[in-house]
Amino acid sequence: MYLYDQYDQTLVDQRVEQFRGQVARYLAGELADDEFRPLRLMNGVYLQTHAYMLRIAVPYGLLSSAQLRMLAHIARTWDKGYGHFTTRQNIQFNWPALEDVPDILAALASVQMHAIQTSGNCIRNVTTDHLAGVAADELEDTRVWCEIIRQWSTLHPEFSYLPRKFKIAVSGAQRDRAAAQVHDVGLYLVRNAAGETGFQVLVGGGLGRTPIIGQTLREFLPKQDLLSYLEAILRVYNLEGRRDNLYKARIKILVKALGIEEFARRVEAEWVQIRDSALTLTQAEIDRVAACFVPPAYDTAAQQDHSWSEQREADAGFRRWLARNTVEHKQPGYRAVFVSLKTFGAAAPGDISAGQLDAVADLADRYSFGEVRSTHTQNLLLADVRQGDLYALWQVLDAVNLATPNIGTLADIVACPGLDYCSLANASAIPVAKDIQARFSDLDYLYDLGDLRLNISGCMNSCAHQHVGHIGVLGVDKNGEEWYQITVGGNSGNDASLGEVIGPSVARADVAATVEQLIAVYVEQREPEERFLDTVRRIGVRPFKERVYGAARPRNPSLEHAHA
Amino acid sequence: MPELIKNGRLIADRFISVDADAPLPDGPLIVPLARWQAQREALLARGQALGVQVANTTAAAELAADLPHLAVVAIEFPKFADGRGYTLARLLRERFAYTGEIRAVGAVLRDQLFFMARVGFDAFALREDQDAEAALQAFSEFSVRYQPAADEPLPLYRRR
Ligand code: SF4
Repeated sequence: MYLYDQYDQTLVDQRVEQFRGQVARYLAGELADDEFRPLRLMNGVYLQTHAYMLRIAVPYGLLSSAQLRMLAHIARTWDKGYGHFTTRQNIQFNWPALEDVPDILAALASVQMHAIQTSGNCIRNVTTDHLAGVAADELEDTRVWCEIIRQWSTLHPEFSYLPRKFKIAVSGAQRDRAAAQVHDVGLYLVRNAAGETGFQVLVGGGLGRTPIIGQTLREFLPKQDLLSYLEAILRVYNLEGRRDNLYKARIKILVKALGIEEFARRVEAEWVQIRDSALTLTQAEIDRVAACFVPPAYDTAAQQDHSWSEQREADAGFRRWLARNTVEHKQPGYRAVFVSLKTFGAAAPGDISAGQLDAVADLADRYSFGEVRSTHTQNLLLADVRQGDLYALWQVLDAVNLATPNIGTLADIVACPGLDYCSLANASAIPVAKDIQARFSDLDYLYDLGDLRLNISGCMNSCAHQHVGHIGVLGVDKNGEEWYQITVGGNSGNDASLGEVIGPSVARADVAATVEQLIAVYVEQREPEERFLDTVRRIGVRPFKERVYGAARPRNPSLEHAHA
Repeated sequence: MPELIKNGRLIADRFISVDADAPLPDGPLIVPLARWQAQREALLARGQALGVQVANTTAAAELAADLPHLAVVAIEFPKFADGRGYTLARLLRERFAYTGEIRAVGAVLRDQLFFMARVGFDAFALREDQDAEAALQAFSEFSVRYQPAADEPLPLYRRR
């Protein structure tokens, strides 16, 4: 992974001291609430319903075992013993005291971590494919580009007070696992006719109140021009993005208002002026960063170890876990292993205890070159595990309740904190996820249903990306009660699509039953091997709607859109 | 005279800001952009240092031809969180090679000074409630700069 040199370290250390001063001034009454607010947000500190929340950056989802142990230490020392992984690959703590945050940040800085720009109207933590560097369908390791973007965007003097937040995702594989099409800027690594790699640049995607799939701004951007081109996009956005209405301030609204051609023309006009500036990336810098992401020293004899096939025969639990929670690796004899944070039972999706963090750190050291990744579906991943180690690894994971074999199934629910923590929420998300999980806890049934993504957000801000869930559940407020709008057919991959609303929102007590009805339609109508998403695409929303609301129900258009 | 931070030090401001139609006092003046555009010749004929105050929505290119005559361009921050002024200042410095004073006026607070200085502001008329002496520390809060900007022509990766 990328290791800080003295510059990177100095910057995060100075950032801690700066924030320490700002907190002290705030607590002394020298900084007004609204002036402190953006400062704390840019250091990851939110004010939630019950307490402050600290969101820590996990750049492009990569963590070392030492960093995991520090997170465990933070959970124990300054929080209630657990943390929560988010859909942007970050981790947040729900209970720190503001006075303690500078010390927490100092502790993080000691392991090359920070909370810089995990919130606020600035360039946020860049995200990528959780299989970067190990996926067989990958063109190049995207983490190199993510790190280059991270440094450029860190404390960017021109773009720290943008109209609204700005999210960048990078995908380098044939299969987009980074949801690049629903980001402010999505970058696809591509190869041109001359065989050079560069970026296809998408712009204006995003979820929230106005979900939009990104459009192509440029088919091919040479790599060395990445930063100057991003700077041109950001400059146009900074000057022309709307600042009069919070809900219309994202770049997607600007792109929509201007049209992609006109927006592209403005970006190009800006870019020609800075294209050949000092921002042009040097090969030396690309090489310096790339050297941090060379493949680890794989055991070339790994594939000769066949012990796992006997264990697979002998142990049904191991077999299930292997089939569901591990995926192929480009290195023969290795697999990538998901650590499921979607335990059946009480824990919220994405939650992890201090003890579990320590356990994963130990496993990473023992079996996966000391590194762990977080995924945007709120799980963890041990990316480089020898097949001969899988059985031993599984046993330990199972013992600490991190081996629930439900990855990619309906029970692998993505959910935001919702009403339990978030002050913006209209409705709960975690308890609803738990209701649904409780109805779908039979593993064989889950496997029969196959790949299915269900996402639950507690409000329009859509932090859990429900628009791109195969099934999306969105909490809405109806006269102070929690109701839920349900969509089907969303998807965040290469053929990204937004889910369609099936009808009027349903009461909280009915959500799980409604999901059951949707699943029943699928089971009846699916063709052999057909995924839920593909069935929806083939038969449309109507059969689902009819099942839930009854075919004879008179259509009532005002109801249909009451919560759209 | 009101205080001004200039090049990292507190000084007395020798410029007087006048509005659209107030009579012009003697001495260096800062006038609204519209007044400058309307009374260009008369203002130049005074033979004294002159600045303009501009909204942060002003296009840098619109000022380009005037820059050689201007000792100060004062950019308004209507709210401290409105970041358009950063781009405007940077373009004046980097694209139009303006070497006169670029002054931040309006909602100018200590915690934005570092970024402002990076994009080319060299003078700061702090909002009245700010502790100007303490604010001077803001300029040295960071010694590391990843990006090129008006204060540093090279990105860190060309200096590392
Ligand atoms: S979707 Fe709404 S409720 Fe959920 S975390 Fe985001 S803002 Fe909070």
